[in-house]
Amino acid sequence: MLRLILKKLGLLIPTFIGVTLTSFFFIRLLPGDPILLLAGERGVSPERYQELMVQFGYNEPIWQQYFTYLGNLVQGDLGVSIVTKQPVLQEFMTLFPATVELGLCAILFAIVVGLPAGIIAAVKRGKALDHTVMTTALAGYSMPIFWWGLLLIIFFSGILGWTPVSGRISLLYWIEPVTGFMLIDTLLSDEPGAFTSAVSHLILPTIVLGTIPLAVIARQTRSAMLEVLDEDYVRTARAKGLSNFRVVGIHALRNALIPVITIIGLQIGVLFGGAILTESIFSWPGIGKWMVDSIFRRDYPVVQGGLLMIAAIVMIVNLIVDLMYGLVNPKIRHTE
Amino acid sequence: MADVTQNSGPDTRFELIVNFWRHFRTNKGAVAGLIFFLTLVVIALGAAFIAPHSPIEQYRDALLLPPAWQEGGSWSYVLGTDAVGRDLLSRLIYGSQFSLFIGVVVVSVALVVGVCLGLVAGTFGGWVDTIIMRVMDIILAFPSLLLALVLVAILGPSLLNAMIAIAIVQQPYYVRLTRASVMSEMSREYVMAARVSGVGTLRLMFVTVLPNCMAPLIVQAALSFSTAILDAAALGFLGMGAQPPQPEWGTMLAESREFILRAPWVVTFPGVAILSTVLAINLIGDGLRDALDPKLKRS
Repeated sequence: MLRLILKKLGLLIPTFIGVTLTSFFFIRLLPGDPILLLAGERGVSPERYQELMVQFGYNEPIWQQYFTYLGNLVQGDLGVSIVTKQPVLQEFMTLFPATVELGLCAILFAIVVGLPAGIIAAVKRGKALDHTVMTTALAGYSMPIFWWGLLLIIFFSGILGWTPVSGRISLLYWIEPVTGFMLIDTLLSDEPGAFTSAVSHLILPTIVLGTIPLAVIARQTRSAMLEVLDEDYVRTARAKGLSNFRVVGIHALRNALIPVITIIGLQIGVLFGGAILTESIFSWPGIGKWMVDSIFRRDYPVVQGGLLMIAAIVMIVNLIVDLMYGLVNPKIRHTE
Repeated sequence: MADVTQNSGPDTRFELIVNFWRHFRTNKGAVAGLIFFLTLVVIALGAAFIAPHSPIEQYRDALLLPPAWQEGGSWSYVLGTDAVGRDLLSRLIYGSQFSLFIGVVVVSVALVVGVCLGLVAGTFGGWVDTIIMRVMDIILAFPSLLLALVLVAILGPSLLNAMIAIAIVQQPYYVRLTRASVMSEMSREYVMAARVSGVGTLRLMFVTVLPNCMAPLIVQAALSFSTAILDAAALGFLGMGAQPPQPEWGTMLAESREFILRAPWVVTFPGVAILSTVLAINLIGDGLRDALDPKLKRS
């Protein structure tokens, strides 16, 4: 197992260096001079320009600039936002819990609905229910989620007036950020009704962000279940006279879950992509909206830092999924 | 010199297609998707003749008109008009040109570049392989929509740049697929035979090996066609794709966002268009996979 971890880490390091190179060169690939970009529309005097060149180290050779950048990275210095003048890492850490909270709720929603849907479709293979579930799943998989979000807003906020349109919580409440997770923070605070408000703000974004993972999980569960249900040991279990529920729910599901777990883990990249759209629609103050806003404000240090942080998180989560896969599936562990 | 791949004469090739169609036909969803897709192609090609109005002309006396069947609607604007009085149906019809064009361009670019890189990586191996695959890993480390968004920020927002960005984020999948198939084909006897008979490396790559790696690539092409349309619409929605007044479906949604509660139809129809197009292509993709690649068959 240790060898497997080391081997995977060894593969990860060159990729991570590549990611730092990408984010380093990002700001230099932008059309225009970096100093003029940083200065914005006011412009700078030639003397100040020279000063800034030295301050940011742009007068040094490019490879030296890269190593300075790496050195700063190691110390947790991702640069400073042009707009807010705050360190990028600090802004990231403030907003990250909002995205994690939304992402966790979305993936939970996807699993809670997708897993049973896939199992039912597999058990009722070829029947009307199977076709309905699979057609719905494919429609979910094909869903332009930014439109789906707008539709839900029209229906639940516009027509029914049940849910709020944007934000994490009603403006009536001010919640002390303890954990950064609104659901927990509202419970910790003694504000009556704050928790309900947080929940009602979460519902629509959760559905929107969870839709594509839900479809993927349902499809994957069905095909994994179908494969397992054909196996000899399942027939043996049936022949022993076990109830259908036991055969499907315990004997078959345990083996079918292995590929499904991997698929769930791989949804993290999808979630970040979806978060960009979902958070923009619902004005959710998380990483996705922050990145989009920064791109529009031309706040390039933020884009650069955010890009690196997100890639690093995706890589680490994928590594953990890989290792977990090795843990649940001895076949992988021993052939490596 | 006898070429090893030439044993599939016209007869067998025809049989292959018939055989494929026989499999494909059994999948009702895939056939429905294909019919929808072909209709869309006809609509896109004949947009100038089918559309009742110009997609960009603004009828100032008909702002935010509801669809014809709703109260206040008019049959001269069947699906209603948008906030500046443009006919929604005509814009949707012209919008189909954009979506199909985006799909074709992105898939062609990603496929050609990806297949070439994959062939090189799979054939030569060694450090060439390592470098290509590490670069692909780096691209895959970023969420694709985010990377496309940042690339467009670098290149400047436009439809062309959006297509380039989406092609770049999609081609690693082609590289990986091609490389994997090439590596498994390389150990086969017919490749050995071709090598022994003195076939050059380029010919070996493109003529001998590549045709035998096509099945997964075709399936991937269908899947990335639909992803390309979705991603381009998402970029358009975020203001980073096709620019107004171009009637691209995602851009249309972005323009209509502020009217969602007053005029739900300007939001509903472009989304229906995106969803049904992407769904149709995904249905075709599922059908292709089941027909071409029995190993990947779902059921």
